[in-house]
Amino acid sequence: MTPYVVLSALLFSIGVVGVLTRRNAIVVFMCIELMLNAGNLALVAFSKQHGSLDGQVGAFFVMVVAAAEVVVGLAIIMQIFRTRKSADIDDVSALKW
Amino acid sequence: MTAVVAVPLVSAVLLLLVPQLKPFGHLIGTAAAGISFAIALILLGEGQRTEHLGTWFHAGSVTVGADLTYDHLSALFLLLITGVGGLIHVYSIGYMAHDERRTRFFAYLNLFIAAMLTLVLAGNYVVLFLGWEGVGLASYLLIGFWQHKPSAAAAALKAFVMNRVGDIGLALAIALMFAKFGTTDIGQVATHFGGWFSYSPLGDQPDWYHLPMNSGLATALGLLLLLAACGKSAQVPLQGWLLDAMEGPTPVSALIHAATMVTAGVYLIVRSHFIFDFSSTARTAVIVVALVTILWGAALGCVKDDIKKVLAGSTMSQIGYMMLAAGIGPAGYPFAIFHLLTHGAFKANMFLGAGSVMHGMGDDVNMKHYGAIRKAMPVTFATFAFGYLAIIGVPPFSGFFSKDKVLEAAFHEHFWIGAVATVGAAVTAFYMTRLMLLTFFTTERWEKDIHPHESPRVMTVPLIALAALSAAGGLLVINDWIVHFLEPVVGHTPVPGPDTGQWLISGAALIAVVSGAGLAWRLFGRREIDRGVTRYVPVPHIEDIIVPGFSQVATMTRTVDTYGVDVLVSGGPVAVAALAGELRKGQNGYVRSYALTMLVGVLIVTLAALAVHW
Repeated sequence: MTPYVVLSALLFSIGVVGVLTRRNAIVVFMCIELMLNAGNLALVAFSKQHGSLDGQVGAFFVMVVAAAEVVVGLAIIMQIFRTRKSADIDDVSALKW
Repeated sequence: MTAVVAVPLVSAVLLLLVPQLKPFGHLIGTAAAGISFAIALILLGEGQRTEHLGTWFHAGSVTVGADLTYDHLSALFLLLITGVGGLIHVYSIGYMAHDERRTRFFAYLNLFIAAMLTLVLAGNYVVLFLGWEGVGLASYLLIGFWQHKPSAAAAALKAFVMNRVGDIGLALAIALMFAKFGTTDIGQVATHFGGWFSYSPLGDQPDWYHLPMNSGLATALGLLLLLAACGKSAQVPLQGWLLDAMEGPTPVSALIHAATMVTAGVYLIVRSHFIFDFSSTARTAVIVVALVTILWGAALGCVKDDIKKVLAGSTMSQIGYMMLAAGIGPAGYPFAIFHLLTHGAFKANMFLGAGSVMHGMGDDVNMKHYGAIRKAMPVTFATFAFGYLAIIGVPPFSGFFSKDKVLEAAFHEHFWIGAVATVGAAVTAFYMTRLMLLTFFTTERWEKDIHPHESPRVMTVPLIALAALSAAGGLLVINDWIVHFLEPVVGHTPVPGPDTGQWLISGAALIAVVSGAGLAWRLFGRREIDRGVTRYVPVPHIEDIIVPGFSQVATMTRTVDTYGVDVLVSGGPVAVAALAGELRKGQNGYVRSYALTMLVGVLIVTLAALAVHW
């Protein structure tokens, strides 16, 4: 049981560090996916441990939402790249105050 | 009757708003004054009446109508304002010929005429107040007409502010009439003084009160009106603005600050005679103010080197005589108006003469730089001499009769009042003789590049007309004509007393005049005049005493306001703004910084949850 949870925690931490440190929007996006999948792994692992399917159902929902999010997110990144010739998230900082 | 006011008013508005009229501005302005004069003459035949132009405003139980009342007192003022005013308009065509803002000048003059006519035709005190403020505005605009001179701008401001002090008196008097009588109609207020209709506090039945002599109400109204008159007529203690007002163009000094506007205070008192009839306290106050001003103005006339300032001091002093006559009561009212009319003619004459001299002398006003001008300007000299003989009171010039009547009434009131007024007459003769000698006689003291020359015809003709009026003004008093003429307005109380008393007074006045003039001749006529400044004991002006005190109060108030009230009121918003300024630094638009914030938040929540569980 423990290795799955440890792996999930490792993947999540890698995702967090990636989101906080990388500036390329695509990489940040990938890191977010990494965190979502870490969450999925934890859900499935705990589901197996408790002998209940609730966690696995939750994981499916997360996948569906993640797929939708990827569609919308990539489209936004594409548009930003087309107008600004850049995928650097620090360049997109006008939305403040 | 409305037309007499409307014509100059319309002319003023047209001249100010229609730039195409600029080339003919002086002609239109003068024509407007002339038409007003013609209407005033026609009105003279029609007699007393009131015109109700409509309701001005209506609030609660108070209704103020736009009423004009024409009676014999207004009639004399109408003729003075439009007649002397018209002559001064003609004179100004020449005097202001080289000023490119001449049309504006005539617009302001017409505005003044309209406001002054409103003042003297007003049927109630609120309309009178409208005219009162209107002439104040016109005076302000005209004193500061040469606004590029800082001294003129400052003088205009000073006149305006000091007049406001007096206006408080008139405004409070009107408020008091509203409160006590519920009306400001001059006729109705007058009937209230005959017998006072009031509601007793206990029952609904109205009681008929007779206002007692020296009642607080009459005294309060009288003193408030006196304050107003002091401001407008440059009487002590509000006299300070008049000398500075000489910064304006000379026709303005003649029209507004000698002949008409400054006499509005005298008009106010005579028009409100029913109030003063009921308060001997207020009348005494008027007499005291008048006597102080007679001597004060005369003293100013003795020490100034500026020809216009001497004349301004003299105006103060002469208005003092009018106020004295008005303060004496029913016996003096007609003579206050009589002296006002003759003074209007001879003082306007002398001011215009001084303007003519300045015109020839390159706008120099210092009499010590004049000398022997009579040869260069014979017409100006001759007309000025008429005004001079009139003001010092040489028979048969107008001033002799009018001043004599005032002195007679003064002596009848009390010996010492008459004595002080006679001393004033002697001092008047002294400083006017000094002015005559320094300007027209003695030796030439002007600079080499100055070439005195007679003024053009357009300026000398009004001078001649005013000189004729100065000489002939005394005719008004033949058979006590002016007393009978004004009887319907102010009532009539003949001065009893033997004729010998009158002759004694006339003789004393003449002796005073001759000794004053003789002393001046000894001091200035027979010796070389130096060009140095006349030194005199400086008397602190009232405004120099009061203004610093008020400045300190204002400074203190400002300190309290800045460091007390402002800190309290503005402190809260300032603190919130500062806090917001700090907080908004967190919202920097960087996605990664938001992500970090979220992570920290999640960690805190997680740690908190763990801490609660364990």
